[in-house]
Amino acid sequence: MKKITLVTTLLFSTFIFSQQKLDEVKVKNNNRGLQKSLSTTVNTTTVSSKELLKAACCNLAESFETNPSIDVNFSDALTGTKQIKMLGLTSPYLLIAEENIPMVRGASQVYGLSFVPGTWVESIQITKGAGSVVNGYESISGQINTELIKPLKDIPFFLNAYGDSGNRYELNTHFNRKLGKHWASSLFIHGNTRVGKNDMNNDGFLDNPLGKQINVTNRWQYTNAEKGWVSFFNVKYLNDRKQSGQVDFDPNKHRGTTTFWGSEINTERLDFSSKTGYVFKGMPYQSMGWQNAFSYHNQESYFGLRTYHIKQQSAYSNFIFNSIIQNTRNKFSTGLNYTLDRYTEWVNATDFSRIDNSIGTFFEYTFDNGKTFSYIIGGRVDYHNRLGIFMTPRLHVRYNPWDLGVFRFSIGRGKRAANIFAENQQYFGSSRQFVIQNSGGKLYGLDPEIAWNYGVSFTQKFRLFNKNSEVTLDVYRTDFQNQVVVDVMQNAQQVLFYNLQGRSYANSVQLDFNIEPIHRLNIRNSYKYYDLATDFQSGRFQRPLQARHRFFSNVAYETATTDKNRLWKMDVTYNWLGAQQLPNTQNNPISEQLGAKSPAFSLVNAQITRVFSPTFEMYLGGENVLNYRQQRAVLGTDNPFGNYFDATIVYAPVFGRMLYAGLRYKIK
Amino acid sequence: MKTIVILLVTLFSVGIQAQEKKNKNATYTFEVNGNCETCKQRIEKAAYSVKGVKSAVWNIETHQLDVIINEEKTDVTAVKKAIVAVGHDVGDMKADDAVYDKLHHCCKYER
Repeated sequence: MKKITLVTTLLFSTFIFSQQKLDEVKVKNNNRGLQKSLSTTVNTTTVSSKELLKAACCNLAESFETNPSIDVNFSDALTGTKQIKMLGLTSPYLLIAEENIPMVRGASQVYGLSFVPGTWVESIQITKGAGSVVNGYESISGQINTELIKPLKDIPFFLNAYGDSGNRYELNTHFNRKLGKHWASSLFIHGNTRVGKNDMNNDGFLDNPLGKQINVTNRWQYTNAEKGWVSFFNVKYLNDRKQSGQVDFDPNKHRGTTTFWGSEINTERLDFSSKTGYVFKGMPYQSMGWQNAFSYHNQESYFGLRTYHIKQQSAYSNFIFNSIIQNTRNKFSTGLNYTLDRYTEWVNATDFSRIDNSIGTFFEYTFDNGKTFSYIIGGRVDYHNRLGIFMTPRLHVRYNPWDLGVFRFSIGRGKRAANIFAENQQYFGSSRQFVIQNSGGKLYGLDPEIAWNYGVSFTQKFRLFNKNSEVTLDVYRTDFQNQVVVDVMQNAQQVLFYNLQGRSYANSVQLDFNIEPIHRLNIRNSYKYYDLATDFQSGRFQRPLQARHRFFSNVAYETATTDKNRLWKMDVTYNWLGAQQLPNTQNNPISEQLGAKSPAFSLVNAQITRVFSPTFEMYLGGENVLNYRQQRAVLGTDNPFGNYFDATIVYAPVFGRMLYAGLRYKIK
Repeated sequence: MKTIVILLVTLFSVGIQAQEKKNKNATYTFEVNGNCETCKQRIEKAAYSVKGVKSAVWNIETHQLDVIINEEKTDVTAVKKAIVAVGHDVGDMKADDAVYDKLHHCCKYER
């Protein structure tokens, strides 16, 4: 069994950072929710499934709420989807992968994270900064990789039921079977629905969308430790339907009319992926892996009188070979990637359909002296039919100047094609006209986005109250050479898209202080400073809807486990957000203006879990228990088909206090 | 009788030839005396200093060192000697007292 675990871990870590496999094994066995290793070269935090239980955590987007490295936005009333940010930049600038296959990209950029139920997740690796070149050139401010539960390690049955005061209900069931010596299979079925209409602020608009989602995955794992083979095969089907807009809107009656404003977003998705890894016989340091993924993603939607349709058919293939030069202190990974995306995209009656493809090769060398110093230097060359031929260099360095201290440095370049409509589709929920200032580029008339990211991180662990404590300081900067600027600073009737003229950068500073003052009481504190400025056509402003100062605190306590294996777990998360730059609404009539800055405010989430036995537990919690609400979430409510309608300026929760309860039952 | 001799000689030479075909990924496991993380670093560093050692992992709990060596370039005795030279006993091969005495206090394993 140990060997199987080792082989599996070896293969899997290979895909991210082949070179750090042994460290990652160590990390996972630990009991803490968030893990930061002193010996990995890259600034990676591992989030265990234990941590995911702390939040209401219905899906991957919400699972980051107890994690200070990632900021979770407030879901706007329209899409109901929480967006995440790292180093101040939204998810298009992150590489979000599922088992190292890029997942949240293209058409799924906005909703993709809400398509992964939290209970499916085994662990998440969050990398700040440029990250490895193995999985692609697109990451700019970070990489997030999610590992799903492996069939071979899964339990025969798992059930999770959840309900909340916002009328949202969820059911997760997992089944698993081991088939003979080498095979195991898991079936995950997720369903969620929001049936009741909520309008806490009485503006006539739903605070969160009505919805239904069915999400099914079937996974197969083949492991043959003697021969060194591991394979995974996955099939996934998703159907997600959302309705939002005015409370009285009835899609059957009012669609296409101006009686009531309403929106429906329906997505269907099918995924197939496979992955095969082989460790050479008698050479545990040499392995290869091959991953393939095919997906079909189809979103049909309308927003008032506007329609938006995007279909993406994708093929992805990645081959990687890992070995050593002379000895295991000098390792390398090399391989090829291929991506094909066929987009069918219609915005109202305009056709933006296109085919994108890219092929690339990478090489990454890792030196590790076995104790205090290591570095990873990597590069890739890609050809993309719209981005051209380009290089992507990345460097990561780790140095342990003294005991329990680690210093890290990284620098890297990223380049990407912005999918301006898919990424910014929330603006359809306003009367803003989409204006593309065509400059002859190959991407909607615009140029590729290019940025350099560099940063330093220092972590010091120490003993305080005879317990492990740690302090971390991260300082990162992203400098855009070109950016597709999304300009909502010009006026309230347009959203402009144009190539950056001038400068755009994102500076971020994060100071973490984690202590355990008494046994089983963990306190995590974090202060974050962001300075994200962009030269808009109307002048330099901070990026809208980004707080300059944020404070985060999470206190978690567990009672001792009794003889009958019972215990209580509880945790409270406090968030303070400073003022945020708001989109320009100054040209609206005074009654439809929001001011230049949002007020600062605090939010508190809390949860308590009763573990009755290793197989049964129940939980009860509240989000936004102080009931802070954005007073005005929609502008122009009197006439949603008029010039001042805007449901996109969401800087705080729209829905107030939300209480939830749920249970988890396992058969081991 | 002659046939038998020829046969024996043939067999023997096959044996020799088989041994002469050197293994590029030969795995060995043997005990190395030591205690702590510092010892681990020193032992592995010494092993890697021998050209032809591809992998060296010493286990703090079991005191076992797993090495993979390219026997075209070196042999296991050379690895053992290199480790003994930095102060860690390998089976019957004892390190010099002078070197042992200079070890960090956490590495003062029982001899």
